[in-house]
Amino acid sequence: MSMSAPVDSMYQEIIIDHYKHPQHHGRIEPFDAEVHHVNPTCGDEVTLRVQIGDGVIHDLGWVGEGCSISQASTSVMSGLVVGKPVDEAMRLSETFLALMQSRGENPLDEGELDGLQDAVAFEGVSKYPARVKCALLGWMAMKGAVAEAAGTARGSDAIAEETR
Amino acid sequence: MSLDVDAIRKDFPILAREVHGVPLVYLDSANSAQKPQVVIDAEAELYAAHYANVARAVHTLGSEATAAYEGARDKVARFLNAARREEIVFTKNISEALNLLAYAFSNAATTPGAERFRLGPGDEIVVTEMEHHSNLVPWQLLAQRTGATFKWIPIDDEGRLIESAIDEVITDRTKVVSFVYQSNALGTINPVERLVARARAVGAISIIDAAQAAPHLPLDVQAIGADFLGFTGHKVYGPSGVGVLWGRYDLLAKLPPFLGGGEMIETVDMTGSTFAEPPHRFEAGTPMIAQAVALGTAVDYLTGLGLADIREHEHRLVGHALESLSAVPGVRIIGPTTNVDRGATISFTVDGIHPHDVAQLLDERGIAVRAGHHCARPVCVRYGILATTRASFGVYTTMAEVDALVEGLDAVRAMFG
Repeated sequence: MSMSAPVDSMYQEIIIDHYKHPQHHGRIEPFDAEVHHVNPTCGDEVTLRVQIGDGVIHDLGWVGEGCSISQASTSVMSGLVVGKPVDEAMRLSETFLALMQSRGENPLDEGELDGLQDAVAFEGVSKYPARVKCALLGWMAMKGAVAEAAGTARGSDAIAEETR
Repeated sequence: MSLDVDAIRKDFPILAREVHGVPLVYLDSANSAQKPQVVIDAEAELYAAHYANVARAVHTLGSEATAAYEGARDKVARFLNAARREEIVFTKNISEALNLLAYAFSNAATTPGAERFRLGPGDEIVVTEMEHHSNLVPWQLLAQRTGATFKWIPIDDEGRLIESAIDEVITDRTKVVSFVYQSNALGTINPVERLVARARAVGAISIIDAAQAAPHLPLDVQAIGADFLGFTGHKVYGPSGVGVLWGRYDLLAKLPPFLGGGEMIETVDMTGSTFAEPPHRFEAGTPMIAQAVALGTAVDYLTGLGLADIREHEHRLVGHALESLSAVPGVRIIGPTTNVDRGATISFTVDGIHPHDVAQLLDERGIAVRAGHHCARPVCVRYGILATTRASFGVYTTMAEVDALVEGLDAVRAMFG
């Protein structure tokens, strides 16, 4: 029996690499916002901090526990968004979400795929609806933290206004 | 006589299929068992040739469907060696069987003659720490509704009940003792006689969740001596959507109804109703007719194979699996590591690899196992883990499939190595 995964495996080498050697792992100081997200089906957890200034994600750090898909995806996401303007990070997040909801039928053009870099390795996850939430966990936490940081910067009144 | 597993496998059409281009290795029977052709045929045959509603219709098809449905009750009564066929109540599943009891006990508060089932402050409900949520949450809710105290018998590091705690936890104030025969998460087979004897000694009602026992070992409710016992159809190679509650007739006769509706009444007036005798008092509405009929076929199929032989076959599989899995570096078995009082369900963790990754990677090799907390979260909490991977065996499981699991785990470890 071969010891490597089948070629169409959900577990691309790049995913395992990120799982074993996560990027931006740890609790950063100082930070503007911290969020804690969980995926109740797998019990995956991530706690994520961001530091934002002038509309740019200056730094991001996370700690978590869970399956390789959730942890590796959070690592890949971190590498992609740190140093990027917030609106670009949000665009990447939308693109990744579209890939995850594609059920194995890649909907993205070449430019979008290029932009996702290592995150393209998660395409196979989209064929397994039960695992899509794992791949999205870190991205959702990032979006949540960015929104919270923006809220802190603008004051809670602005947030209250938006959600009314 | 030992089981002819090759012949048995031919009874299950799904076992011939491939998954991801490789033969299916189905090691998730504790979750839900596959169906033999006779069970599939029994359901189809009822619809194709005899279907109508039961109990109500006077026409021929109605009579035939009723005969088939009530015939299934006879088959289940024989399967459990019940004293009377009226002791067999068809439910949706084991969860509904246990909820039926918990809610009927609540209803006893206002039902004359049902004093035996009443609970209140100062009374105790006892379960074990290894219960499936279906034998845990209904009793927590009953405790909340009645003010009774909810207690449990703890488990040790090996996943066995701490027997010295049985007499301590079950006291003179205990009214209900409900426990699992074989743990779905650990594979442990509990000291049923001892628990039933202690419950009887203090005058408590004893209830057995036999969902994980019924597919694997002979059950004789008269010999066991408990008051109630339930199991579910889909785990005994029968259809989903049907389960069984067995109860001692003298108790069922005094038990208030749970669900009200059609066919569970004696007479109905706008000012009040009286209720049918067991079992129909507990079968409100049109039941799962075809599923119950096919469940009858399933239990006859199991009896035909022989529960003692099934037990022996699975005992050998478990022995082989415990030995092989223990030899895989990083594998920790959660539950009894010796093949004594242990069923064909083995939970384990693999060091550094999340159970969902283990299960997904095994699936890529055609091997179906379950990953998660197996609806017995307190068990995971007890052992300080989030989840386990669980392999479970049935009548069709082969030694080669156990070996495939072990090889699969080697491959998973190599990937994460």
